[in-house]
Amino acid sequence: MRFSGLKVLKEGLTGNKGWGPHWRSPEPKSEYDIILIGGGGHGLATAHYLAKVHGLRNVAVLEKGYLGGGNVGRNTTIVRANYMLPGNSEFYSHSLKLWEGLEEDLNYNVMHSQRGIINLVHSDGQRDAFVRRGNMMMGRGDDAEMLDTNGVRKLLPMIDFDQTRFPIYGGLYHRRGGTARHDAVAWGFARSASDHGVDLIQQCEVTGIDVEGGVVKGVQTTRGPIRAKKVGMVAAGRSSQVAAMAGMRLPIESHVLQAFVTEGLKPCLDHVVTYGMGHFYISQSDKGGLVFGGDLDMYSSYAARGNLPLVEHVAEAAITLMPQIGKARVLRNWGGIMDMSPDGSFIMDKTDIEGLYVNTGWCYGGFKATPASGHTFAHLLATGTPHPTTVRHRLDRFRTGAGIMDEESTGSQHNLH
Amino acid sequence: MRLPCPICGARDVREFYYQGAAVMLDRPAPDAGVEAWDHYLHLRENPAGDLEEFWSHDAGCGAWLKVVRNTVTHEVKSAELTAEVAR
Repeated sequence: MRFSGLKVLKEGLTGNKGWGPHWRSPEPKSEYDIILIGGGGHGLATAHYLAKVHGLRNVAVLEKGYLGGGNVGRNTTIVRANYMLPGNSEFYSHSLKLWEGLEEDLNYNVMHSQRGIINLVHSDGQRDAFVRRGNMMMGRGDDAEMLDTNGVRKLLPMIDFDQTRFPIYGGLYHRRGGTARHDAVAWGFARSASDHGVDLIQQCEVTGIDVEGGVVKGVQTTRGPIRAKKVGMVAAGRSSQVAAMAGMRLPIESHVLQAFVTEGLKPCLDHVVTYGMGHFYISQSDKGGLVFGGDLDMYSSYAARGNLPLVEHVAEAAITLMPQIGKARVLRNWGGIMDMSPDGSFIMDKTDIEGLYVNTGWCYGGFKATPASGHTFAHLLATGTPHPTTVRHRLDRFRTGAGIMDEESTGSQHNLH
Repeated sequence: MRLPCPICGARDVREFYYQGAAVMLDRPAPDAGVEAWDHYLHLRENPAGDLEEFWSHDAGCGAWLKVVRNTVTHEVKSAELTAEVAR
C-alpha cells in the first residue's frame, strides 16, 4: 500500500475501507542474519536502513511490548542539529539531513515541521556562549542566527521579556530545527522495514543472549529461542538489563524525564522555544496542545512516571516565561526512561563479544537522532565498521579517558548530565 | 517521594541531593588499575529493582544517607546514616 494524495482522496470518498495494516505480524523464524533487540524508534530505523540501504532483509526486530511504546512516543518531539563537539556535531547534522528527506524515503507523513528553534539568551555570558555555538553550527554547514531582543519579540510576542530574574536579551535561532510527530516516526520506519521484508515481532521479550566461545549465537525469548549471526542491542533505558544477559555492564544509568501536554489551544506559539535558565522547552503541536518538558527528576528510575517536585518546577518555569500558560489545563504528563551515559553523548560500537553490537546512551536527546542512529547503526551492523559520523562514539572511551564527548563541560561521570 | 532521614524523620525528596549507586565507600586504591577505576567511576550498578544509593540531606541536617530504594516502584526500603555504615 502506497500513500498518496490521490489515495487519501479516493479513500475519503469511499468510506476509508481500503486501508490495511501498516505492517505484517509474522511468527518468529528459527534463525535470522541480524536480530535487533528493541522495537523503538532507533531499532525500527535500524531495520529500515539495513533493508533499504544494505539490502539485508533476513532481519528481525524483537520488542517485549508494542512497537514505539517507549521513549519514541514519550519525548517532546524536537528535531535539531545544534551540537558543538566534533563527533556529535557531524552526527546530528547528518541526522537533520536525513529528517529533511525522511517523508519521501518512507512514503509516510511524519509531520516533520521545520518551524525553527529559539534558544533564549538571558545574560552576556550566555550570549557569548550561543554566538560560539552558532558559529560552530555554521562552520559545519548548518544554519544559525543570533537575534536581539527585538528580533525575538517579533517572533515570540507572547513571552515575558521583562521578568526580573531572567530578562530576555535575544536568542539563537536555528531555522531548520523544529518538530515531528513522534509516533508517526516509529510507525513510518516500522511500515517501511516490514515492507522490505523485516520481521517485526511484538510481545517477544528477550530473556537471554546466547554466547559461545566469545561469539554471539542468538537469543532466548518468551516465544522460544532464535538463532542469529549478529545481534544489535537498541534498548535505550533498558540497555543495562539487556547487556547484562550477555554478561556485560554498560556505563549507563537510567533516569526518568517527564513531559507534559495541555489541552488543545488556538495557535499561539509558532516555534520551539527553550528557556535554559528554567531547564524548560516548549512547542505547540498541530493539534493545539502545548508540549513541554523540563529537567530529569535526578534519581535513578525505571518508573515511566516522575514525582511532583519536578512538575512544580516545570510549571514555575512555564509561568515565568509565558504567564498566560497558567490558564491552560495540563491534559497529561508522563515519564520516559533515559539511558544516561557518563559524558552525555551516545555509544554505538562493537562489543568484546563477536557479532554483538550496542547502541545506547542517548540521554535525553535520542528522538532527533532517530534517523541517523538507525542509518549509522545499520552501517555498523552491515559492514562491521563505524559510519564516518560515529567513529568517535566508542564504548571504551570512559575506560581510557580518550575521546570523551562532554557537550556541557561538566565532567565524565554519572549524575553530571 | 519522601526519604526517612534517621535524624530528621520523613522528609520531601526536594531536600536531598542524589549521588547515585552507593559505591563511594568502596573507592579503589590509587594504584588499583584501570579496570577497577573504570568500574568505580563509570560502570555503576543500574538495576531495575532495589538499589543501594547515597543521598545527602543538603537542605536538612546535612548528613549523608545510604538508602535502599526500588527504582521501579520508588518505594524506599531503608535509610541509614552513611557515617554509621562506614564505621
